[in-house]
Amino acid sequence: MNIVTPAVTGVFGKVNPVAKLGSALLLAACLILTVDWVSAGTALVLELVLVPFLGIRPKVFWIRTAAVWIAAPLTGLTILLYGRASGTVYWEWLAIRVSDGSIDLAIATALRVLAIGLPAVVLFITIDPTDLADGLAQVWHLPSRFVLGALAGFRLVGLFIEDWRFLELARRARGVGDRGRLRRIPGMVFALLVLAIRRGSRLATAMEARGFGGPIQRTWARESKFGWREWLVLLVGLAIGLIAIAAAVGTGHWNFIVG
Amino acid sequence: MAAAQSVPAARVSARGWGWRHASRKRWALRDLDLEIEPGERVLLLGASGSGKSTLLQALAGVLGGSEEGESEGELLIDGLPAVQARGRAGLVLQDPDSQVILARVGDDVAFGCENLGVPREEIWRRVPEALEAVGLELPLNWPTAKLSGGQKQRLALAGTLAMRPGLLLLDEPTANLDPEGVLAVRDAVARVIERTHSSLVVVEHRVDVWLPIVDRVIALSPEGVLLADGAPDVVLAKQATELADAGVWLPGARPPVLAQRGGPGPVFLSALDLTVGRRELGQPTPGFVREGLGFDVSAGTITALTGSNGSGKTTLALTLAGLLPPIGGEVVASLELRGELGGESRLRGEPGSGALRGRSSRNLGHSRRGRNTAYPIDWRSRNLLTRIGTVFQEPEHQFLARTVREELAVGPRALKLEDAEVGRRVDELLARLRLEALAAANPFTLSGGEKRRLSVATVLATAPRVLVLDEPTFGQDARTWAELVAILGGLAAQGSAIVTATHDQLLVEALADSEVRL
Amino acid sequence: MTKETTTSIGKRFRWRVVDIVVASVIAVASGAVFFAWTIAHDGISGPLKALLPGLQALDGGVWLFAGVLVALVVRKPGAALFGEFVAAAVSGLLGGQYGATVLLSGLIQGLGAELVFLAFLYLNWKLSAAILAGVGAGIAKAVFELVVWYPGADTLFMAVYTVSSIVSGAVIAGFLSWLAVRGLAKTGALDRFASGRTSAARV
Repeated sequence: MNIVTPAVTGVFGKVNPVAKLGSALLLAACLILTVDWVSAGTALVLELVLVPFLGIRPKVFWIRTAAVWIAAPLTGLTILLYGRASGTVYWEWLAIRVSDGSIDLAIATALRVLAIGLPAVVLFITIDPTDLADGLAQVWHLPSRFVLGALAGFRLVGLFIEDWRFLELARRARGVGDRGRLRRIPGMVFALLVLAIRRGSRLATAMEARGFGGPIQRTWARESKFGWREWLVLLVGLAIGLIAIAAAVGTGHWNFIVG
Repeated sequence: MAAAQSVPAARVSARGWGWRHASRKRWALRDLDLEIEPGERVLLLGASGSGKSTLLQALAGVLGGSEEGESEGELLIDGLPAVQARGRAGLVLQDPDSQVILARVGDDVAFGCENLGVPREEIWRRVPEALEAVGLELPLNWPTAKLSGGQKQRLALAGTLAMRPGLLLLDEPTANLDPEGVLAVRDAVARVIERTHSSLVVVEHRVDVWLPIVDRVIALSPEGVLLADGAPDVVLAKQATELADAGVWLPGARPPVLAQRGGPGPVFLSALDLTVGRRELGQPTPGFVREGLGFDVSAGTITALTGSNGSGKTTLALTLAGLLPPIGGEVVASLELRGELGGESRLRGEPGSGALRGRSSRNLGHSRRGRNTAYPIDWRSRNLLTRIGTVFQEPEHQFLARTVREELAVGPRALKLEDAEVGRRVDELLARLRLEALAAANPFTLSGGEKRRLSVATVLATAPRVLVLDEPTFGQDARTWAELVAILGGLAAQGSAIVTATHDQLLVEALADSEVRL
Repeated sequence: MTKETTTSIGKRFRWRVVDIVVASVIAVASGAVFFAWTIAHDGISGPLKALLPGLQALDGGVWLFAGVLVALVVRKPGAALFGEFVAAAVSGLLGGQYGATVLLSGLIQGLGAELVFLAFLYLNWKLSAAILAGVGAGIAKAVFELVVWYPGADTLFMAVYTVSSIVSGAVIAGFLSWLAVRGLAKTGALDRFASGRTSAARV
């Protein structure tokens, strides 16, 4: 598995990336509005039910989403200690106040991080950058020079990783690799930037030599389609968000973030 | 390819043309008067800095506007200013890696057509046609990341060809390639020109590669003015001295004869049943593994590690240098090389014994259960300095300081030498490698040849007994090449051991006592 | 072709191909740094940081430098927004834990820096502007994260978090980016940009 290639093949892999993005963002927009365990929990259950249908191998799913599973309880912990207090206060120390209210908020927060984070990661890792760029330029009509410039730049990620390794080995070879690994990092980032800008300047010349950025209206060799599959993906994202909100409002747990 | 032939070849006229980059006082090129007839095939020669690349970029219309520099005179393609004739000229550049634009072969070839507004059906007719013309018959969805340097250059050529240019411009297209890659690209160009009859301007130091397909040679002086122009044999004969000084490889030039070296001295390093490879991010198994390598590196000898691109030369070199851990087997430093490190003289296991295989799971920088001074990979970084020096393929990877002078002092200072001694070594190296004038310059601002000389000098500053180099002559002109050969030959004659990964056959012939072919 | 010494506003604001590509490349490299930082940030110190009353935002400036850096290099309208957004998108594509939500973070943080450069009418690229742009990005980041990830926090936490974000943005995103661009100009890598030519005389 290469880090710059998408983690999925099959039908879902062919869905236009802008639909996946839109779906994840719609869902997130709904869930952001409230902090309560009902909406977050409802959305999370629905999401986990749908995951097996996406064609992502379980191992890949767990590896790629591991960070979210770790971040969720930690964010909950922060809120447990520093959340808005209400009800009985169990423990108080400096700025820390653990109370009935902060316990409720902590559980809701942890679930909410999962409910927003999981689909965002899952939908994103199934995206092929080339298809995404095609979608952004042709479906969303973002300026093609910027979209394609970014896409071409993205292809250099592999070279940067390679550069980083050589930079590390070279520091060992130069006799300065024994200590201060952290202190060397700014210098290495700087060297990487120099190499990146040089490569970028050459890439820009190569792209211009192929007519990029010229006055002619460009055509697209690959057509980015937006059909019923894409609408369905969008709809599912929105539906999960609305069902979650409805469940929270219906059970009286709706807790708007402001106020 | 019937369609491709319908594009007429382009005519180039330069009238008093010149260009000065915005950051320079000096004109890159000046007072250039030139006519290239449709269908002519021109080899453009000159020292680095003589403005060859500037001319090609100007012809391709990619030199940038008034923000980036100023121009004078006229540069016309078919009577139109070159900037307005974009698409009439197609340009292929030197660096294969920064010419690949998209992730899949077919998309990359299509890119230029898209920018010219070619309709989709027509694009997909042209793409396979162009790939066939350059001899790169791969599936259209083949990942461009998997291509070798030579294949990437042919891909760039195909992308240019699909745009149907009347003038093909090649800026040192083979300088960064292995010998097979050079010939494959040259032959692809020859085939394309044969079919399209377009005009051609190629910039290249290695004259003999291109001589068979050009019918005219233009030479520029280091100051960026026209030096000679005419039939290849006439120009090459008349201007031989100037061109040789400019770093051009003249056909039939042979490497200098080096002083005789004594026989091999004591062994410094031994590869024992060595397996090399590198772990790629997210890959369960190490990439390009080579197994069962066994050879010695001895004082006063030069060992060449050869093989095509991707055969693992660099990995082997860096493993010998104590920078990458062996995947299996051993790189062992002799007591001679270890010097005051001394330590255990016995190895953990003899070659082939079970103890060796136990090491195979080790990773760089992770939990070393006890350092063993017999293995360079276990040494401290500082202890490598006087024992094994490494010159990386890309000099910029090893630059650490803000000036050339400070750069040379990094190693001696890490050895905690006294200031006077550091200064003495730095001054000596500045003189020896013609870097005095650049002592205060930022290493990143140097030219390719200067960077190479500096990267060699930084390593020599700590006088390592073994010198490991990765493609030291890569992309260098004939002059820097000859200097490098002289330096390496001299070091070996004084008793250093040299190991160099290289695809440069001339270097192997000139220097190597033994060759490890991968 | 005539020699031009004056540059019109239209020309100064128009993105050349080299502006777009180098901005992208810097953003991509920054995105890789974001990704690495995300792993280091939450993998090693995450559990400890979860215990802090808002001070965890003190190293958040790392996620903000792309926008300021790109803007200081290419000096075009929208550069901070584009740089920060692309860097965020790349860290997401590489598999960062925040997935598609990084697009929103990137957009909002980039906007925070962009508005500062806009307020200077894209004429000021000095240290002062860089630091203020870092502050702008820091404010945007704090607001976004408090709304999306910590809406349940109490007022003190929110205040500490916001101030930490601003300080971090000013120092890491503002000051360090400015320092980096000054260094980059000396390496000659920025020869094709106005930012690489102001500090060095013609050679």
